[in-house]
Amino acid sequence: MFYLDFLIVILCFKPFRCRSLPAQRKYMRSPLIPEMATQEVQLNETLAHLKTESETLKSKLEEERAKLHDVELHQVAEKVEGLGQFVMKTRRTLKGHGNKVLCMDWCKDKRRIVSSSQDGKVIVWDAFTTNKEHAVTMPCTWVMACAYAPSGCAVACGGLDNKCSVYPLSLDKNENLAAKKKSVAMHTNYLSACSFTNSDMQILTSSGDGTCALWDVESGQLLQSFHGHAADVLCLDLAPSETGNTFVSGGCDKKANVWDMRSGQCIQSFETHESDINSVRYYPSGDAFASGSDDATCRLYDLRADREVAIYSKESIIFGVSSVDFSLSGRLLFGGYNDYTINVWDVLKGTRVSILFGHENRVSTLRVSPDGTAFSTGSWDHTLRVCDDCYFFIGIKYNQNLCTFNFTPCAPDKPPLSLTATHLPKYSNLKKHIYRST
Amino acid sequence: HVTNDANQRALSKEWQKSDIIARMQDEKSGIPIRTVKSFLTKIPSVFSGSEIVQWMIKNLDIEDQVEALHLGTLMAAHGYFFPISDHVLTLKDDGTFYRFQTPYFWPSNCWEPENTDYAVYLCKRTMQNKARLELADYEAESLARLQRAFARKWEFIFMQAEAQAKVDKKRDKIERKILDSQERAFWDVHRPVPGCVNTTEVDIKKSSRMKNPHKTRKVVGVLLPFLLRSRLITMKHRREQTGLLFLAVIVNRHRLKMSKVAESLLAYTEQYVEYDPFLTPPDPSNPWISDDTTLWELEASKEPGQQRVKRWAFGIDEVFKDPVGREQFLKFLESEFSSENLRFWLAVQELKKRPIREVPTRVQEIWQEFLAPGAPSAINVDSKSYAKTTQNVKDPGRYAFEDAQEHIYKLMKSDSYSRFIRSSAYQELLQAKKKVQNTKSFPSLFTPSCSDKYSTGGRADVVLLRYL
Repeated sequence: MFYLDFLIVILCFKPFRCRSLPAQRKYMRSPLIPEMATQEVQLNETLAHLKTESETLKSKLEEERAKLHDVELHQVAEKVEGLGQFVMKTRRTLKGHGNKVLCMDWCKDKRRIVSSSQDGKVIVWDAFTTNKEHAVTMPCTWVMACAYAPSGCAVACGGLDNKCSVYPLSLDKNENLAAKKKSVAMHTNYLSACSFTNSDMQILTSSGDGTCALWDVESGQLLQSFHGHAADVLCLDLAPSETGNTFVSGGCDKKANVWDMRSGQCIQSFETHESDINSVRYYPSGDAFASGSDDATCRLYDLRADREVAIYSKESIIFGVSSVDFSLSGRLLFGGYNDYTINVWDVLKGTRVSILFGHENRVSTLRVSPDGTAFSTGSWDHTLRVCDDCYFFIGIKYNQNLCTFNFTPCAPDKPPLSLTATHLPKYSNLKKHIYRST
Repeated sequence: HVTNDANQRALSKEWQKSDIIARMQDEKSGIPIRTVKSFLTKIPSVFSGSEIVQWMIKNLDIEDQVEALHLGTLMAAHGYFFPISDHVLTLKDDGTFYRFQTPYFWPSNCWEPENTDYAVYLCKRTMQNKARLELADYEAESLARLQRAFARKWEFIFMQAEAQAKVDKKRDKIERKILDSQERAFWDVHRPVPGCVNTTEVDIKKSSRMKNPHKTRKVVGVLLPFLLRSRLITMKHRREQTGLLFLAVIVNRHRLKMSKVAESLLAYTEQYVEYDPFLTPPDPSNPWISDDTTLWELEASKEPGQQRVKRWAFGIDEVFKDPVGREQFLKFLESEFSSENLRFWLAVQELKKRPIREVPTRVQEIWQEFLAPGAPSAINVDSKSYAKTTQNVKDPGRYAFEDAQEHIYKLMKSDSYSRFIRSSAYQELLQAKKKVQNTKSFPSLFTPSCSDKYSTGGRADVVLLRYL
C-alpha cells in the first residue's frame, strides 16, 4: 500500500518538474478549480472529524479497561514464595557462523537448532553434540528469520530477499540443499519473522511491508493476509492452543496486535510500549503474551483482561530488548538485550532473578527449548549458546560454633561446601527453613 | 492506582542513556569533575573509574560492581564518556581517568561520519608535533589505506586538515586538550581498535527506516495536483474508518477483572511448576547438565511416566497435545463405542494441516465418513452447525467443518473427557510404577513435588538451593 502511494507521487510529480511554474499556475486557473477546491476542503474536514471520533473512542476504551483494574499482578503474587537467586550457566557454545547470528529456532526433537546470520548462511546444528549437520548459503545477506518445520524435515528462512524459502533437509550430507529450495512467501519488503503453523504445509510470515501473511507451502499460494500495522512488523508468535486459530504480532508502530487466522481480522490491539516491539511470545497457557521493545522494557499483556498487566524494567537497563521467551510453567521470562546480557524475570512478582553475561555483542535471538530444559541465544558475536540453571539438592547442617552452613551435595563428584551466612544468597529464606527444623 | 505506569512513560526510555549521563554530570548529585596536577602539566576535567562505579551503585538500582562495570563499559563503548589515555573503551574500577564526551559527538545525534572525514582527522593528527599524539599502529595502517583510496583528492583532504590544524592552534591550551581527547574518543567509537565491538553498527531493520522517513510522509499541498491529493485523502479516510470500526467493536468486548486474571496466572504457574525444568530438576536428570539423554528416551517411549499421565488431568488440551494421551483417550472411547467423535475431531485437525490442493477431496471424504446421511461413523451435531456444514461442503475450504468441530470439542470436553479421567484405565496408568532410574544420574534425596518446595511446612533440613 505504502509503495503504491509513493509510486503514484513519483509518476505524477516528474512531469510537473519539467514544466515551469507559470504553466502550473495556468492549470490552477482553470474554471473547474473552485468546485474542486471546496470538495477538497470538505474532505479534509470529514477526515479531521473522523480523527476526533477515533480519539474519543480510544479514551472510552481506556476507561472501560481501567474499570476492571482492581489490583496489580505483583500484589496478588505477594502470597507466592519467592524464587531466590538463580545462577545460569552456558552448557554449549556453537561456533561456526562467520557473521552476526540473527535468528534461531528449535526442532521438536529438543536438541536440534537452525540458525541464520548476516552473511547469508543458514546452519542446522545438533546442539547437544555441537555438530553442524547442514549448511545452506542464501542468495541474500541479513537472513533475519528462520524456522524449523514441526516434522523436523525442513527449515524455512528469509530476510532481505523479501521472500521466505523452504529447504527440505536430506539425510544425505553431500546433497546440495539449495537445489531443492522452494520459494513460498513474497513480500514487498524484508522478511522479519516466519513460523510454521502446527503443520509443515503452512507458514506464517511478517514483513517490513507492514503486513503478515499465511501461505500454503506446496503451492506458494497466499491463504490469508493481515493488514493493520501502520509500520514494519518485526515479530510474530502463534497461540499454543490445539484448537486456537490466533497469533500475535508486534511492530514498529509500537502496537501488538492479536489476529484471527481464519478471517484475517485484528481482534485485539495493545499500544503501551514507547518504541518498536522487537519480540512477542505467548504465555504457555495462551491467555497472555509478553513483548520486548527498544524502550528497554518487557511487558505482559493478558487477553482476557484486555490490558497490560506487568512491566519488567530497571533503571539500570537502558538498552533495548531483542527477544523474549517463557519457561515451561510461565513463571520465568527470559529476555535477550542489546547490552549483551540476558535478564531473567519472575513473571508474577515483576523482579529480576538472574542476569547472565557471556556474549560479547548484542543478543539478537532467544528461544526456550520445546521441553523447557534449556534456552538458546544467538548473538552478533557470531556464536550461539545453550544455557541452563545450576541446581543441586543439598542437605544442610548449621554449625553453631563456627556459624557456618555445611552443604552435602547430592552429586557424588561434587565436593562438600562450607559457607558463612554472609556468602549465602537469600539468607533470610534459608533461615526460615533452618528454624523450623529445630 | 499505581502511578508507576505514568512515571515509566514519562521517562521515555529512548533517551534513557542521555538521562543517565545528564544525572552523572549534575553539579550537585553527579560525579565530581576535577583538574588533576601531574608532573609539569594539568589534566583538566576528569574523574576516576572507581568514582563512576561508586556513583552507579549509589544512584541507580545496581547491586554490584560487576553490573556497574558492564553498564559503564557499554556507555564508554557507545561514546558517552571515555578513558583519556586509551583507545580501547572500557570502564575499570580503579584510578584510571575518564572524561565526558561533548553532546555534539553523542551517538544519539545519529551522525555517521564518512571515510573522508576520518582521512582529514588522521592527516591533521600527523601535523601535530607532540610525541604522545602519534598515530597508533592501526591508525597508521588506516591512514595508508585511505591515502591509496583517495589518492585523487588527497590534496583537498590535506588542505582541510591544514585548515583545521590552524584553527586548533589558536585555541586555549586547556580547551585544546579537552577537545582533542573528545575528538579522538569520537573516532574510537566510529573507527574502533581492531578486535573491539563497533557499537555504531545498526540493525538493518531499523537503519532502513532511519533513511526512509517517507513512512511518516506528509503530503506537500501546493505542488501536488488536486486529483492526487483527493485520492490520498480518501485513502486516509478509509484507514480512519477501518480503525474506527475496529475500535467500536472492541470497546464493548467482554473483559475479566484483574484480580480474576491474576489468580488464573498464579494457578497456572503453580500447576506446572513441577514440569518446568528451570524450577524443578527433571527426573532422572537434565540432559544438558548431565550429558545423559535418558530423559528424552523415556519421553519418546510408548509407556508414559506417572508425571506425564498426571498432566492429562489438567485439561482436555493436554490429552490432545500428547500423542500417547490421544491414543489412550481413543482407546477409552472405543471401549465406550463413541470413538467417532474423537476420530472426526482428529480428521478435521489433519485436514487443516494438508496442502490446499488436497483440501476439496479430504472434505468430501470426511463428509462421507462422519456426516452424510447413512455415514459409517455418524456423529451427532446440532442442527444449526449441520446446516452450515452442508453449505460449506458445497464450496469446500479448510474451515468447512469449523462449527461442527467446535460442537464436538465442547461435547467431548464436558462429557467423555471427565469419564476418561475417572476411568479405571486412566487410574491404572496413573498408579503405574515409575521406571527404574539410570544409575548414572544424580541420586535425589527426596522426590520433588511442588508443594514440598513452596509450602511452609516441608522437610526443612533439605532445601532446593541454586548455587554455582
